[in-house]
Parts: sequence; structure tokens; C-alpha cells
Amino acid sequence: MQRLSLPWLIVLGVIGLGLALLPYQFETSTYVVQMFMQAVTYAIAVLGMVVVLGYTGQINLAQAAFFGFGAYGVALGTVSGDINFWISLGLGVGAATIAGLALGMTTIRLGGHYLAMITISFQQIFDLVLTNWIEVTHGPDGIAGIPRPSLFGYELEDDRAYLLFCAIVLYLLMFAVWWLPNTRLGRAMRSVRENQLAAEVVGVHTLRTKVIAFALSALLGAIGGGLYAGGFAYISPDNFNFMRSVEFLTATLLGGAQSPFGGVIGTVLIVQMPEWLKHLPESLSFIKDVYLAVYGLGVILIMVFLSEGIWGLIKSIRAKFVKPIARTDTTGVKPLDLELQGADAPPLLQVQGLQKFFGGLKAVDGIDIDIQRGTVHALIGPNGSGKTTSLNVVSGIYKPTGGKVVLDGEDVSQLQPHQRAGRGVGRTFQNIRLFASLSALENVMVGAQRDNNDVPDGNRGLRERAMSALDFVGMADRAHVIVRNLPYGHQRLVEIARVLAGRPKLLLLDEPAAGLNQTEKGEFVELLKRLRGHGLTIFIIDHDMGLVEKVSDRITVLNFGRKIAEGSPSEVLRNPDVIAAYLGTAGKVN
Amino acid sequence: MQILFDNLQVLFQGLALGSIYALVALGFVLIIRATNVVNFAQGDFAMLGAYGMVLFFTTLAWPYWLAFGAALVAMAIFGVLFNYGVYYPLRHRSFLPVLISTLGASIFLQNTVLAVFGPQPKPLEKMLNTDGINIGGIFLDSQYLMILIVTVALVAFTYLFFEHTLLGKKLQATSQDKDMARLLGIPVALMISITFVYSAVLGGVAGVLVGPILFVSIGMGSIIALKAFAATIIGGFGDVTGAIVGGLLLGVIESLAAYHISVPYKDAYAFLALFIFLLFRPQGIFGEKVSEKA
Repeated sequence: MQRLSLPWLIVLGVIGLGLALLPYQFETSTYVVQMFMQAVTYAIAVLGMVVVLGYTGQINLAQAAFFGFGAYGVALGTVSGDINFWISLGLGVGAATIAGLALGMTTIRLGGHYLAMITISFQQIFDLVLTNWIEVTHGPDGIAGIPRPSLFGYELEDDRAYLLFCAIVLYLLMFAVWWLPNTRLGRAMRSVRENQLAAEVVGVHTLRTKVIAFALSALLGAIGGGLYAGGFAYISPDNFNFMRSVEFLTATLLGGAQSPFGGVIGTVLIVQMPEWLKHLPESLSFIKDVYLAVYGLGVILIMVFLSEGIWGLIKSIRAKFVKPIARTDTTGVKPLDLELQGADAPPLLQVQGLQKFFGGLKAVDGIDIDIQRGTVHALIGPNGSGKTTSLNVVSGIYKPTGGKVVLDGEDVSQLQPHQRAGRGVGRTFQNIRLFASLSALENVMVGAQRDNNDVPDGNRGLRERAMSALDFVGMADRAHVIVRNLPYGHQRLVEIARVLAGRPKLLLLDEPAAGLNQTEKGEFVELLKRLRGHGLTIFIIDHDMGLVEKVSDRITVLNFGRKIAEGSPSEVLRNPDVIAAYLGTAGKVN
Repeated sequence: MQILFDNLQVLFQGLALGSIYALVALGFVLIIRATNVVNFAQGDFAMLGAYGMVLFFTTLAWPYWLAFGAALVAMAIFGVLFNYGVYYPLRHRSFLPVLISTLGASIFLQNTVLAVFGPQPKPLEKMLNTDGINIGGIFLDSQYLMILIVTVALVAFTYLFFEHTLLGKKLQATSQDKDMARLLGIPVALMISITFVYSAVLGGVAGVLVGPILFVSIGMGSIIALKAFAATIIGGFGDVTGAIVGGLLLGVIESLAAYHISVPYKDAYAFLALFIFLLFRPQGIFGEKVSEKA
């Protein structure tokens, strides 16, 4: 991700502050100030959308409801409850955050379309309650006479002062949201957006990440809403319905969901557009009547032509002039430390009577495998024999139908993939699963930040660890390249570096040599031998018998979900049952 | 005894309302299966169908059944336009851009109709000229009856079409595996177009049927679509039978709850039912549990 440098930030800050101070300099009507107030408070809510949709990739069509929590918190607290503005705001924001947590929890089982529906349902119920629970919310009439707060004894009664205050809040929150992507949490969010399954397997607590994203989104929405209520002194359910949620969504997408700057630009445009239309010449005034239709059409056009919004456009123009870092300076990269404690203990992984059924299909039917520490153990078998299924059960993507997976003496059969990653199980995928729009370095840093990894706190430690891992696979000089732009073979290496950065006790490789050419395969065999030299325990699936024979200490052969042979490569590859499984029973090989 | 009659009366209305949800849900599911996209403008198909009827029958004063036919032809043409305007340019992208694009289409359609017909809701004639019939103390409104009859006919037709015609099989093949279908010589783009046409016509019929009951208004589609979508989840996401059963169930739940509990929150019951399903049986009534493949 491209970062803005500090000077740019200062320039932006000065421009922003200047904008907010304009009303002091010139005679501005209340109307114009109020329009800015709307833009600023909406923009805060849109920052929430940047976090949940832009960073985490989770759709949220209930942002107006969170906005409403903040607004009604302030309105009910100050007008009905006669409580201090700040306490009321805190209550509203707290309620919204709890609602956000609850909504985020639904992503435990549901994503995508379901999430869209869940958030819409939540939005609709919120709207119905606002309209119908008249004793409390005053129903469609809304609540008037909402006071403004005082800050350190200074009353923010004046429109300009209040606007300035809201603008400062917006800038601070923008800065926080801008800061977020390069923190542990931010990287976890982006990894969830890019590839949730891979994120989970690499060790990201994906559910927690999504829940936090929703809670943050709700929190930001409610802050915006609370300030809005103070700014306009009057609110009614119309301000917080589904259409407003769509407006927040559109603003986010128009500006560019992946950047707070984009979100704010989008908001200003969405808020100002109807105003500009008012100044159209007579001959074009019909546009006013179809404004909302044009707006809907605009949404489609943004999706088709401007998928990363205005900010994405600015970034791509900038990329034409500023060359990205093609080669990363690799001086001072430390060698990768893969040492583990207790290398002479009993078998690292014990798979006992493992079964995995899909409906009537017995993909894996009662297999036992012991994997000794510091060995390379291969799992082979014809297509459909249950290899990948076994690996998926070991890494936790599937829960076993029967039997146990014991890691280091602990039964991990019921643990989530990220919990297993936290205990040192790392894996790669048959079809590479990287976080495509992140750099190689960021991909590997996500791997380094698994639970219980022995890495110094903070980004610096993670970055060093990641650079070492990239260096180990020979990719350190490509660290800043977005992995989408890397060739296939390099992507494989980055995926392995991502696992190694997590210092795995057990490395699961699912057909790692698939799609590599002969030279790359040769290099890959060397890499595996080096890994074994470091005492790593490796469990590998591959179809290439030559490769398996060269690297493995022990081989287990599966057929139709059952184990048919096990032993050293020379024993197994001469076993008549194995030959029969691969070549068919009628064939006799001499 | 009166209580039983009242409940049966409510049940009857619930089934009719549920039929509308079922028809729109069926359109939803067909598009989901063909394109893996949830069409947020599905409800507006119903709205457009109803306004088509307003145009041809009320404004132009064509005979009812001619106007009905014209409205459906218009919907079929609209289905093609919708496919090429909203879905097709984004067909290679993930579900999110397409979903948002259909949301944009929904705003566009509602406001275009608003600009043409104005904000005033329009009445629409019933299909039959009679009020209805009274059977043993239960009054069966003719429009509600027609809704049930047409829905049963359309569901039966859809079943026969998909299971017993070559075109139906091709459509099914397309929804299962586009690449394989293409290799077998099935024109996939055309199949998807046909799906949109069929779905738009189903939506249009639902709109014409429900118009006399709800009044024809800009927003009539939105709420129907949300409930229809809820119905597809309750029935089992992407499952045709599930969509129909889910729609009927939702209509009945809603009507009974409104009758026995509280009317103002009528629209909330569907969403509550949805929440309960999502928590305890997220795969729906007929759906199978799916987990992502590694």
C-alpha cells in the first residue's frame, strides 16, 4: 500500500483547516455552513464504511442506523433525559457499538449476500422502531430543540465554531483510519478482504477481525450521527432510513472505499451535487427533476468504470509519474530463524482413525498417520483418494466426522484453523491463495503475526521477520511488489515465505510443485531440503513421484479414503498394492 | 367458531401475499443460479410490471388482457436491457460490485418512474369483475384467489419448463457450470439473457397481481423484494422449491402475526423470522450446508 509522506499530511491538514475556517473569513449564509456541517458529519459515518467495506470487504447497508443511534442518543439524552451532551453522545455511541458487535457476530456463519440481507433487515427494523415507538422516539414527528455542547467551558453555540469543532473531529478520525491499514489489525482486516480462508489458515482470527470492523464502523457512524443531531438541532426518522445507508455506500464507492481521503471526497460530492444542480441554466433544469435517477445511473457507472473510485483514479495517475519500488534494498536482512524447542519429543502429529464424510461420500475413512519430528512425510494417492481432504482436516478447514488430530500431544480436532496456526500449523494451498492486492512483504507479515509467534512486538519486528522469510526463499528484493503482479512461480515462493514467517512446527504443503516448470521444480527440491536441514517437520502432498522420492523420509499412500501402504520411499514405491492403485489391477509390472 | 373463521380468513390472505413473495423470490433464485448475483432491483421488476399495466390499461385504456400481455412483453424487453446494462459489464467481477450495481439500478428505475408518473399512488383494476365468493363464512376476494391460481400455474409451468424441455435443461446446465456448458456448445450469454427475461416477466406478473391490493407506487417493489429475498434465505439460498415454500411461509407468518400481535410492526416480522432462521438454520429449509473448498 502506498503511504503518504508526512509533508503531504501537513499540507492536507492545512488545506482542511483552512476550509473549515473559511466561514470566519467570509460572510457565509447559515445555509452554506449547514451544508458543510452535513458533509462533515456524513463524512465521519463514511469513514466507518471505509473500515468495514474498504478495508475488511464486508458489506454494510445499515450505516444510517448506526448514524441514527448516535443522533437519537444525543437527542433523547439531551431533550428527553436532560443529560449532558457528551454523556448522551457516549450512550448513543456505546449502543451503536454493541449493535455493531452483534451484527458483526452474524458473520460467524454468513458472508456475502447474507450479510447484505442481514444489514438491510437491521436497518429496516431500526426504521420501523423509530417510526412506531412513539412514546420514546416521538415517531415521525422527530425531536426538536437539541442543544449544542460546550467544550472546556466554551459554548459551541455559533454555527462556525461548531463546524470547526466537527471538522477537527473529522480530521483526527481520518488520520486514525488512514493509520489503521498498517497495523496488525489493519493487515488482518485486509487479509480477510482479500482471501478469508487463507487469512484464517495463516492465523488471523477472522471472525474477531470482522466483528471489530463492524464495531468500529458503528462507532464512527454514531459519532457522525451525534454531531449531526447537535448541528441541526432537529432529527426525524427520515434522516436514518435505508436510502441514507445507500447514500453512505455510494459516497464510499464514489470516492474510493480503500482510503479515508476517498471516502471524504465522495461524501462532499454526494452532499454538494444537488446544490450544484440548482445553479444549472434554465435549459438544463430538467436534470433537477431526474436527479435521483441520474444518481442511480451514476452508481452503476461507478461500478463499471471507476471500480476504485476517485481516489483510485488519483492513485493510478500518480503511479504514472512515481515509479513503484521494483527492487527492495536487502542489506541487513537477518537469516531466517526456524529453530524450535523440544525436537526429540514423541511424534509431532498423530492422526488417529480419521474419518471425513460428505453426505454419503466417505472421502476419508479411518486413516492413521504418525508424523515424526524433523522428517518430511509425503501423502500420495490417485485423484480422489482423500489427500487434500486429510490435509484440510489437519489444518482445521474441515472438522472430522470421526477420529482425532493430535498435535504435540494435544487433541486439536475441534479447534479453528487460526487456533491451529497459533499452535504452529502452517500450510500452503494447491491453488495459491495469497492476498492479491497486498505486497509480498505485507503478505508475509500477516503470516508472521500469528498468535504465539516469537517475534518482537510492533511492525518493526514483524517486518524484519518477514524480510528474513522472503530472503530465505530468495524473494527479498521483490518485497514491495504487489503479489498480483508476480509470476506464478514467485507467488508460490511468497506463499511459502508467508508460512515460514510464522515459524511453523508443522508445515503442510498441498501440491506445492504443481504448475512449476522443471528448473523451478529443481529449485523447489533444494528449498525443501534446506527446510529439512533446519529441522522442520513437513507433511507434503504431491503428484510428482520423482519429487516425492527425492525429498521424503516416509510416505503414506491413500486410495479411496483408506491407507493402503506406508514406509520408506523405496518400500512404498515397490509395493504391489500401490502399483495396482496407480496403474490398475490388471497390469503386472516386472 | 368465529375465531377459527377469522384465522382461516387471515391464513387465506397470508397465502395470497406469500404467493407474491414466492413469485418474486422465484425470479431472485433463477438469477442467483444463473449468475450467482442477488438482484436488488428484483422488486422493481414487480413495480415496473404494475406501472406497465397502469400505462396500457388505465392511461391508454386497452382491453385488460391485451394490456396485461403488452405489460409482459415490455417486461421481457426490459429483462434483456437490464442484463446488458447492469449485469453483463460486471460479469467477471466479484459479487459485491454487481450487487451494488443492481442497487443503483433500483434507485434509477424508481426515480425514472417517479419522474414519469409522479408520486401519487395509482389504483389498478382487479383481474375479474366480481368481488369474490363467500364459502362458509370465509370471504375469498377474487383478486386474492387469482393471485393463488396464477402463482400455482406459473410454478407448475416453471417446473415443466426447466425439467422437461431442452431449453430448460440448457438453462440448468448454464447455472451449474458455465465453462462446461460453453464447451458443450450452449450459448451461455443467451441463456443468461433468457433467465433475466423470465425473471423480469415473473416479477411483472407479481406486480400486476398485487397492484389492485397495495396500490401501484414507486416503493411497492422495495418491500416486496426484501421479503422475497428473506424468503429465499428461509427456503434455502438458491433453491427453487425453497423460494416458493419460503415465500408462502413468510406471507402466512406475517399475516398471522399482524392479526394477533400488532399491525404497525407488520414488516418487522419477516425480518425477525429471517434472523431466527439465520441463527438456527442458516442453510434454510431445503438448503444444504456448504463449506468453502480449499
